[in-house]
Amino acid sequence: MSIVDTVKQAVTGAVTGAMVRLTPDAPVDPLATKHGALGRSVPRVDGPLKVGGQARFAAEVPVEGLTYAALVYSTIAHGRIVTLDTAEAVAAPGVVLVMTHENAPRMAPPAIFMSNPRAAGASDLPIMQDPSIHWNGEPVALVLADTQEQADHAASLVRVSYEAAQADLSFDQARAQAHAPDSVLGEPARIAIGDAEAALAAAPYRVDLSYRTPRHSHGAIEPHAATVLWEGDKLVVHDATQMLHATQWTLAGIFGIREEDIRILSPFVGGGFGGKGLWSHQILAIAAAKLSKRPVRIALSREGVFRVAGGRTTTGQRVALGANADGTLAALIHTGVAAMTAHNNCPEQFTFPARHLYAAGSFLLEQKVADIHMLANTFMRAPGESVGTFALETALDELAEAMALDPIELRRRIEPDKDPTSGRAFSSRHLLEAYAKGAERFGWSQRPAPRSRREGEWLVGMGVATATYPYYRMPGGSARIRLTAEGAVVQMGSHEMGMGTATAQAQHAADRLGLPLERVRFEYGDTDLPPGTIAGGSSQTVSIAAALLAAHEVLVAQLLKLAGNDSPLGGLKAAEVEARDGGLHHKEDTGRGESYASILARAGRAEVVAQAEAPRPMEVMKHSMHSYGAQFCEVRVSAVTGEVRVSRFLGSFDCGRILNPQTARSQFRGGIIMGLGLALMEETEFDERTGRIMNPSLAEYHVPVHLDVPEIDVIWTDIPDPHSPLGAHGIGEIGITGVGAAVANAIHNATGRRVRELPITLDKLL
Amino acid sequence: MRAFSYARAEDASAAVRLAGASARARYLGGGTNLVDLMRETVEQPDALVDVTALPAAIEARSDGSILIGAGASNTAVAADLAVRTRFPALARAILAGASGQIRNMATVGGNILQRTRCTYFYDDASRCNKRAPGAGCDAIDGFNRIHAILGASPACVATHPSDMCVALAALDATVHLQGHGGSRTMRLVDLHRLPGGRPHVETELQRDELITAVELPALPFAAGSTYRKVRDRASYAFALVSVAAALDVGPDGTVRDVRLALGGVAHKPWRASIAEAALRGRPATADSFRDAADAELADAAGLRHNAFKIDLARRTVAATLEGLAGGDRT
Ligand SMILES: Cc1cc2nc3c(=O)[nH]c(=O)nc-3n(C[C@H](O)[C@H](O)[C@H](O)COP(=O)(O)OP(=O)(O)OC[C@H]3O[C@@H](n4cnc5c(N)ncnc54)[C@H](O)[C@@H]3O)c2cc1C
Repeated sequence: MSIVDTVKQAVTGAVTGAMVRLTPDAPVDPLATKHGALGRSVPRVDGPLKVGGQARFAAEVPVEGLTYAALVYSTIAHGRIVTLDTAEAVAAPGVVLVMTHENAPRMAPPAIFMSNPRAAGASDLPIMQDPSIHWNGEPVALVLADTQEQADHAASLVRVSYEAAQADLSFDQARAQAHAPDSVLGEPARIAIGDAEAALAAAPYRVDLSYRTPRHSHGAIEPHAATVLWEGDKLVVHDATQMLHATQWTLAGIFGIREEDIRILSPFVGGGFGGKGLWSHQILAIAAAKLSKRPVRIALSREGVFRVAGGRTTTGQRVALGANADGTLAALIHTGVAAMTAHNNCPEQFTFPARHLYAAGSFLLEQKVADIHMLANTFMRAPGESVGTFALETALDELAEAMALDPIELRRRIEPDKDPTSGRAFSSRHLLEAYAKGAERFGWSQRPAPRSRREGEWLVGMGVATATYPYYRMPGGSARIRLTAEGAVVQMGSHEMGMGTATAQAQHAADRLGLPLERVRFEYGDTDLPPGTIAGGSSQTVSIAAALLAAHEVLVAQLLKLAGNDSPLGGLKAAEVEARDGGLHHKEDTGRGESYASILARAGRAEVVAQAEAPRPMEVMKHSMHSYGAQFCEVRVSAVTGEVRVSRFLGSFDCGRILNPQTARSQFRGGIIMGLGLALMEETEFDERTGRIMNPSLAEYHVPVHLDVPEIDVIWTDIPDPHSPLGAHGIGEIGITGVGAAVANAIHNATGRRVRELPITLDKLL
Repeated sequence: MRAFSYARAEDASAAVRLAGASARARYLGGGTNLVDLMRETVEQPDALVDVTALPAAIEARSDGSILIGAGASNTAVAADLAVRTRFPALARAILAGASGQIRNMATVGGNILQRTRCTYFYDDASRCNKRAPGAGCDAIDGFNRIHAILGASPACVATHPSDMCVALAALDATVHLQGHGGSRTMRLVDLHRLPGGRPHVETELQRDELITAVELPALPFAAGSTYRKVRDRASYAFALVSVAAALDVGPDGTVRDVRLALGGVAHKPWRASIAEAALRGRPATADSFRDAADAELADAAGLRHNAFKIDLARRTVAATLEGLAGGDRT
């Protein structure tokens, strides 16, 4: 997400680059290596609620007098509304309001993501403020009625006529006018080290290849939804969001009200993956609630999700590699173009992997964007890295083949000793170990020569590719600990989208406080709690952990003060004590300590409350911090039909310390499954004649079904990063990276065919 | 919602009578296609006549034929022992379609009359001659990967999506009908039409004509029949190309008889009569199978995204017949 930029703003706001380098590293978190609740497979605390149907999602909050919203979507990509005939809709049974640009309240455009650390707008287009149309599917009217069915029906009665303007819809044509974005998530759009083109031309081995990747649409099991109430001047939004506090701030700007007058609640999100941000539907629902003075529920249909919530954009990429005879790289070139709109800021950072993964004598890494009249694209599980690794890692496979090297051996020869473009030291990098472990477990040595293994009509092959994703920690989050004799509650306005956040942070709190897991709870999902950070960029786990760690330091100081000199702790400094067995104890003198219950009782206190903000993420300024993995894949390809079936998969990861193997395995597996979809079937059909998405349904937009997913084996190094809280890295996104390439490389090994355009459907293999 | 009436018919005559009482009645089977299309406002009936109470028996007769009531669920047909032993191609075709849940709801009558999956047909912002006769076709120059390579017209390139019907077409199934003018039977291969200039007229059925049963005539060598479906994912996707086939090879190694039909290639389940004729009396070899497939596909025409289907159909026909001939002859 706007991670790097936000981090940099926050950090450089206070300290200059030189000062950052001089600041000492934070001490290694003692919990990074300790085994308690952390490191154990703890089932998700929200599991029973969800299985029992008691978890209440945004579209399920009971509200008196609720009205239901339906949207009418534009059918042209660019132009303006000429006539809007709402008479029939207004007269339809149960209709409360028909809102169009003619009667919508005045609203400021959303502050676009990255324009401020708390901006959440997916695009800065004004929403239903004028007759202009910017994408095919843009909402042109909202109908409110007493039931959803009445609203849907009335929406079908709204008649709109348009005057179409020339629209830029062809990616190939727009590519010709591609331009550099201001930045790529705060990083420069172009990095050139040495003369890579010249080095490429002079290299004894080279590959120079073009790749295409398609659009993808978000398809979380919970379609986007919000339930909205105005209580006087105060606004309450039950949202499905991965950015609570950013939504609060951004809505305040749009509606010209005070942040304190807005409360966002989002206790459960049925899948986010980058798509659950602030789109037009929440804003329109709030406007309609204001206009109608009634509470409003908006629950997008599946088609609605395709039309108003953006996804992954299409890219055209070039990877050129020049190698020396010894297998080192003389040149690494990764350039390309992503489709974007003129109103958003999401250039799909596909060159990021090449900035950090491999050593090379020269680099040319450059991204451009091509403006298209389409729904604003957005983050979707490992934006950039997912499709960037597809190109980079298949190109490396082609180079290895050209050099008659094992692809894993090639990666050994280009393993860098420091970050190849920033020059910073790696905080923790064990990629080759992940390769070695994975290769052994997968049986990589059995890899056949290309197109040499056949079982009946099925050609069998194996492929491998590197997975990588940056370590991000978001600034600005605060945690509060409320400690009582019974236990502790940790509070932070964070997000649980099914990843296991509430579980992992309860494990963390238990170990941090020295309490059994049953006596701690993590509360989240509400802007009335201390501000959390966005759940994006796989950053939430460490962002919460850093805030909790900071709050714990405050808590310990308070407890020591409360304990006073009559306590066995009397005279001890914070650095001399540790939390264990339900109290504070001298680190070495095991007999010397006092329980929390006793400290509170003697002080006559029911609870102690400590709150603190996480320190700025200085570690990312000092080190090159990334997660790694090696993805191994075996495929079977029908020699008759070209059908591809993935028969085995193994992900071997290096992502710092793993906090909860059970939830972690699900994250890795989920990412890999999504990667199989990316490799073999996912594609949003964007009709370049009209800009219309033609398969807005899960019947026609293919994601893997059970039969497409083999047994997926997942292993990890479990080596703590000494520079991160808990020694952990985020793991939500890395699973999808490298999968496209591992599958493509396995297909090549099976068939001898290279496919450089996703998805690899059977027609490309006939 | 658009208002419509609902009535449950007790028998076929009542169903036809009920349908006749409304201007735009539709029979309701499992509703897995019709109700979806109503939600999309593609279908706008004023009356639904529920025909799920109509006979659903599967009668395996001693002469080797089977009579299947139109109300039988797809699951029941696929699970029926007589169907599985006498006509395995039919059981396989059904099981290759949709999902377990959908097959539990779907009926034989509804499966036969399910409508195309062309995305332009579903999208009311697009032009479609099926939805609005004379409007034009946005699929011909649009996304047409799943569209027809045989028998298409400038007005329509949609395909019939059913798997079950491909097997029925190969197996010479007859459809029993009842309408305002009485009862009749029709060969399944004659029931669906090619699009021509009137793609909105999809069948030869008369107004309100009800499918009451499907009959599979005895065909001993169909006990070795099979169905192969090629698709974009391992399950829960429509056929790009599918093949239903039964092969009878004499002791001298020549083809005595053959039944062959293709799915995913045309506006109707495509009985491959040209290939069948080309094969009868020829040696049951890979070459013959390929030649027969070539003959059948001689007039096939590809669009921007679906030309691969011509080669895919050729390969799938040949491989399926080779499999039936026994042995891997590629
Ligand atoms: C997600 C999805 C995936 C699918 N995948 C596949 C697939 O892979 N392969 C495949 O073959 N199919 C597939 N299907 C389609 C499925 O097979 C059909 O929806 C089903 O067979 C229709 O049967 P039904 O009884 O529900 O019909 P309905 O929806 O009730 O009716 C369909 C049509 O038939 C008419 N009708 C129903 N019964 C009669 C009768 N007795 N006489 C005259 N007219 C009648 C109705 O009026 C209507 O026009 C899929 C469907 C879905 C939703």
